[in-house]
Amino acid sequence: MGKSMNRNPTPLSPYYRALTRNMVLLVMVISFTPMLLVTGIILNQFSASHHEKIHAHLEELVLKHKQNIDSFLSEKLQNIRFLADTIDFDNCGRQNMIEEHLARLQRAYGPVFVDLGVVNEQGQQVAYAGPFKLEKARYADADWFKKAIESNYFTSDVFLGLRGAPHFIIAVRKSCQDQKWIIRATIDFVEFNRLVEKVRIGETGFAYILNREGQFQTKPIFDFTPDLDIYNRYFSTLERMGKEVEIQERLDGTGVKSLYVSALLNGGDWLLVYKQASSDAFSDLRNAQVIAVIIFVLGGIAIVTMAVWMSAKMVRRIATSDNEKEIMNQQVIETGKLASVGELAAGIAHEINNPVAIMFEEANWLRDLIEDGAYKDEADIQEFERGLNQIRTQGLRCKEITLKLLSFARKTDSRIEDLDIGHLIEELMALSAQRAKYSNIELLTRIEHELPTLSASYSELQQVFLNLINNAMDAMDKTGGTLEISAKQEEGQILIGVTDNGPGIPKANLGRIFDPFFTTKPVGSGTGLGLSICYGIIQKMGGGITVKSALEVGTTFEIRMPVKTGEGLDNQTVAEPDTCN
Amino acid sequence: MAIATIMLVDDEIPFVEAMSKRLTRKNIEVETAFNGSEALEKLTACRITEVVILDVKMPGMDGLETLKAIKQRVPLVEVIMLTGHATVESAIEGMKLGAFDYLMKPCDMDHLIAKVREAAERKRQHEEKIINARIKEITNRYA
Repeated sequence: MGKSMNRNPTPLSPYYRALTRNMVLLVMVISFTPMLLVTGIILNQFSASHHEKIHAHLEELVLKHKQNIDSFLSEKLQNIRFLADTIDFDNCGRQNMIEEHLARLQRAYGPVFVDLGVVNEQGQQVAYAGPFKLEKARYADADWFKKAIESNYFTSDVFLGLRGAPHFIIAVRKSCQDQKWIIRATIDFVEFNRLVEKVRIGETGFAYILNREGQFQTKPIFDFTPDLDIYNRYFSTLERMGKEVEIQERLDGTGVKSLYVSALLNGGDWLLVYKQASSDAFSDLRNAQVIAVIIFVLGGIAIVTMAVWMSAKMVRRIATSDNEKEIMNQQVIETGKLASVGELAAGIAHEINNPVAIMFEEANWLRDLIEDGAYKDEADIQEFERGLNQIRTQGLRCKEITLKLLSFARKTDSRIEDLDIGHLIEELMALSAQRAKYSNIELLTRIEHELPTLSASYSELQQVFLNLINNAMDAMDKTGGTLEISAKQEEGQILIGVTDNGPGIPKANLGRIFDPFFTTKPVGSGTGLGLSICYGIIQKMGGGITVKSALEVGTTFEIRMPVKTGEGLDNQTVAEPDTCN
Repeated sequence: MAIATIMLVDDEIPFVEAMSKRLTRKNIEVETAFNGSEALEKLTACRITEVVILDVKMPGMDGLETLKAIKQRVPLVEVIMLTGHATVESAIEGMKLGAFDYLMKPCDMDHLIAKVREAAERKRQHEEKIINARIKEITNRYA
């Protein structure tokens, strides 16, 4: 708005301010709605599809790793079972034998086997190969032993054990000569951990393994305390539904929204969990959303700026146009007024000419008398008196006529003032009397007494009625007739009728009669502006003008005008003062 | 003998009176009428008028109508239109309808008299021609 203000510093009226506001709102609504819809729908779709993809991707990932780990575990188990089948239990006490076995395993499968041991039914380790001093270890009370001795094979959870370092055991039970033996191998925790450690995606995605008690089986990259309930739920869901993988999005312990992808491991003893912060997992989506929002905001700012600027400009233009139109209307009214005055002037000129001619003749006559010497006796002196009186009489007549014209010409401004419509009409009738006489037109007025005052422009109303009177007289110019003007009060309005009994107006023209430039007069006579100006003036005053006509009968123009506010129907009421004092 | 016998037709009574007084003094016989019908009556009743000085703007029968009627009833009478400034067009219209000339109000007396003389002259010439034609016609009958 600032820029436009400099060009045209007048403040806008409330109408234009409202117009500007409406335009701005409309443009904004029209622009924002599709933008919102499109952005919203596309983002929504993209978000939904992206979510699906990410979920699918993570599920695949976790599934793959689960399979990896499961096959790792099962492979190690197979190794030990194979070993168990070939070991000679009686002689396994011999140190080298076990060491050889271990060495073979390590050669074949890498350092993933840390040590190897044979434990008898009583829990006594009878043979050991490995880096720790566990030759005579007793495992009778160890948890894993108790479980291992009961089943064919057993994979333990990660625990510290006698060595004080995290590890887990694969145990295979073998019966030999009614004796149960356990072949026990320790799996390198670090190696195992590496399997899971490798699962890293983005910045916050990592995996870990928990057992049924919620104890970590691998070292998680970001340490935290798992909530047992939640993980138990995962366990049960996976088992119950027979799903391979389960995804859940929830808040983690620190309140960060995260994705949890879980799969059962190790025959259901362990849970592989992959966790990633949602914002990280869906970072692409977030980026897209951010970009969309930025574009939306920028676009929005652009739209709003444009809307406001353009609307302001447009409304200024409209205001200027309206202003120009108003000025032009005024000019048209002025022109119409001049035209009326012009018509009037012709009549007035003739009126003046007659008394002037008489004065001229009388003066010349008196001069002739003087030339002839006829100024001596009584009769001559009387003749001079008569002549001079006549001159005086005609002179007065001229004065009257010029006064009439002056009164019409003086009030050419459009000031609103209180006026008595009856007085105005009578004045105009007097002005038109001369022309009426020459055209054999009888002028009648029927004006109610005590009509309430009107609030209007005197000169504009003069123009209106003069126009109607002239039109009527034009219509009856050749034929003569009667022109009657009536004025009465009715329901807070003043009703004025201008009736003539001229030829009337054909129905086809009746509808167009108030159109500007519509005329039935020959070219050069009359502009056709008169009635349209009258219409405009009366409308402006809050009144109305209508026409009724019948061919061969006559025409009546009816004008309604509101009475000045502050004066009611009752003419006797005094107008109330606006302010006290 | 008078220069001419004329009739002044105008609705402005003081004007007609003043004019006739002056014209009479200048040796012109003046008849007066104050409207068209009166003029026609007087013209047809007593046919001595030679020139009519006719105001264009009159109530009742206006100037042009009166002119037409005069030219119909007493065609040999010459008509001079008298006009105020606003009605010059009507005067010219009148000339098309057979008026001899037009004069502006207020008129210069000498100018008016000159015109009257001319008009009267024409009327007399015209009448003479008619008489001559009649004589010729009679004499040819017996030739």
